[in-house]
Amino acid sequence: MSDAAATSQSTPRDALLVASDGVPLKVKLAKTTAAARRRAFLLTLPLVLFVLISFVFPIGEMLVRSFHNPVGGNVVPAFAESIAKWDGKGLPSEEVFEVFVKDLARARKVRDVGKTVGNLATRVNYEIPGSRSLITKSARKVGKIKNPPYKDALLAIDKRWSNPHVWLVLQRATTDYTLSFYLAALDRRYDKTNNIVQADELYRIYIPILLKTLWLSALITFLCFMLAYPVAYLLSTLPLRTSNLLMILVLLPFWTSLLVRTTAWIAMLQTQGVLNDVFVSLRLIGNEDRIQLIYNQTGTIIAMVHILLPFMILPLYSVMKTIPPSYMRAARSMGASQTYAFIRIYFPQTLPGIAAGTLLVFILAIGYYITPALVGGNDGLLISNLIADHIKSTLNWSLGAALGSILLVIVLMLYWLYNRLVGIDNLKFG
Amino acid sequence: MEAPSIHVAFQNVQKSYDGEILVVKDLNLDVEKGEFLTMLGPSGSGKTTCLMMLAGFEPATHGEIFLNGQPINNQPPNKRGIGMVFQNYALFPHMSVNENLAFPLQVRGMKREEVTERVDRALGMVELGGFGGRRPAQLSGGQQQRVALARALVFDPQLVLMDEPLGALDKQLREQMQYEIKNIHESLGVTVVYVTHDQSEALTMSNRIAVFNDGVIQQLSSPDDLYERPQNSFVAQFIGENNKLSGMVTEVNGDSCTVKMGTGEVITAAAINVAGAGQPTTLSLRPERVEIAPDEGALPNALQGQVKDLIYHGDHIRAVLQVADTSEFVVKVPNNVGHKVLSKGENVTVGWQIEDCRALDHMDV
Repeated sequence: MSDAAATSQSTPRDALLVASDGVPLKVKLAKTTAAARRRAFLLTLPLVLFVLISFVFPIGEMLVRSFHNPVGGNVVPAFAESIAKWDGKGLPSEEVFEVFVKDLARARKVRDVGKTVGNLATRVNYEIPGSRSLITKSARKVGKIKNPPYKDALLAIDKRWSNPHVWLVLQRATTDYTLSFYLAALDRRYDKTNNIVQADELYRIYIPILLKTLWLSALITFLCFMLAYPVAYLLSTLPLRTSNLLMILVLLPFWTSLLVRTTAWIAMLQTQGVLNDVFVSLRLIGNEDRIQLIYNQTGTIIAMVHILLPFMILPLYSVMKTIPPSYMRAARSMGASQTYAFIRIYFPQTLPGIAAGTLLVFILAIGYYITPALVGGNDGLLISNLIADHIKSTLNWSLGAALGSILLVIVLMLYWLYNRLVGIDNLKFG
Repeated sequence: MEAPSIHVAFQNVQKSYDGEILVVKDLNLDVEKGEFLTMLGPSGSGKTTCLMMLAGFEPATHGEIFLNGQPINNQPPNKRGIGMVFQNYALFPHMSVNENLAFPLQVRGMKREEVTERVDRALGMVELGGFGGRRPAQLSGGQQQRVALARALVFDPQLVLMDEPLGALDKQLREQMQYEIKNIHESLGVTVVYVTHDQSEALTMSNRIAVFNDGVIQQLSSPDDLYERPQNSFVAQFIGENNKLSGMVTEVNGDSCTVKMGTGEVITAAAINVAGAGQPTTLSLRPERVEIAPDEGALPNALQGQVKDLIYHGDHIRAVLQVADTSEFVVKVPNNVGHKVLSKGENVTVGWQIEDCRALDHMDV
């Protein structure tokens, strides 16, 4: 209001329009529409709350987990504070050892979830495989150490405490915020002098799987596009009655459970399955050399192309439906051959549909989980299967979260790239 | 001036989409070089189908179409060299105006400089110089129409087809564009085949008009012939305003015939399309050819009528009368000095010349 008053007095040119009672028109307008806007907001409120509680909050929590791991501060808070001041050269001082021994002895009695010695041991074990026993064994015995020198007493429990690398890892593992999980997700680690290096070749699994996921998703998107484009074109040019019938066939998979469809592919593709039987009976292949079509990459590709195909057809169809045949006719009348007219006139106009379809299929594909898990075997697994593995089996949630965050960043980057190239407002999903 | 030669010929052309209904029934039509021929008719009369067959987008089910004496039934549309303006312009939305116009030239492998020069010339012709960089969506309807016209002409086709090109424009713009198309046609000397359902458009622009109905050309003649000398009831009814009177032919007498109305009055009319004495006929009479309260004996035909309605139109007054068995007999009374002032319910005599009242085939209404 003060703003409005100020501008109305400044220059006559900028004078605000006022209603007949002197109230600025904008204020009046806002007042009259306020009730309607409030009502509109209230209508969306249940959904907003639902999404916040069931989606935004848990996802945010997971993302935070990928770099926030307060296990050190929770289990051995005093030690975490004192080792943070250590310069990392040689072994820590006797005071640090003292604090560690006392903190560990106290922590052993704690039974709260997430605050036990076991939690700390797991965390350290991520970085030095096999070090879990070092922590748990020492924790059992430190209660007996009553007098200094604590350093020697600890070394007497286990020789490994004389290794400075163990203390470097402990220093890192007891900070609240850490990059360790992102490094692990990118096949990187800290070496003995705290430098970030590439993991040993044997342990590099995430980057290759991530690249494979991207490559397979691109391949699946491409195959979907090649299969969907002619179908969408046919659907858009056929008379409505026929195209509706065919459209039902396209949509039919949507109404079938994903699990049913995937298991149907198992029946089709397995070595003793329908397809191989047909090949054998047609004498295309011998009975002994049946083709391995499933439980490998081929199975993942076939099943995922089938499942994601409608997501490509629908946006393409909706765009093609709006392109009148007169464009092609005009091009033809001007002397362009069928092919030339298609390339110069029809195809460019379907780009928004292609953009939407490929973006949709690609994003769905790089996060796909259930189908590769069922038909992918070992080499058909995607990054999401590894994430699920970390969440369900190894219970390294932080690493799972880090992998998930990387996937999310990739999707957002693709989205950004698409926006630059095609323009998001050009997308047409149907 | 060289002798006119045949540019386009339809010979016994038939077209059916479903194998059951003939959309075009045995069409025979010659279009001369440099002619502006309009195919006029209600929707579904087959006129657009004829145009599409000529352009090559629809195959003829039977018969042959000739272009410069060459049969073109098996020639694809891109080899026919025919310019075409589409109903909704069909300007490529992803290309600028320049690119749209350059398209037919690039297809022909023309050099870049020549393309630019021709595009500029074509844009100048439709008075859109400087609009080349814009996208079609940034142009008004009239401007889009001009671009479509320029695009159809830019590669110098000898034949240009137009499929209701002015249908999407408002009335004022439509009239202005009619004159522009007419001027361009005259200055370039191209042959134009124009499809429309708007009779005033057809009348103002064409050299000849082919009136289509039910897949058949009802009449093919010049605009004035079509309006003043319709050959059948459909044409009389479709072109301009028309009064219909139904009656029975009692006597045919050379060029004229005697017709007895259902209500008993007897009229002498020009015998144009009558089956003979004793057959029903529909009389066609233009509203502007009817005289209100003529002097006794001045006109061969005079009937009594009663004024039902009067509508003021400024330059004329439209009087709706009950005459014989029709209650929709329209007379245009010019709003000039000393015109007859009518009032509702008034009984008045209406009269007309024999040649203005044409006895045509019977039409049920």
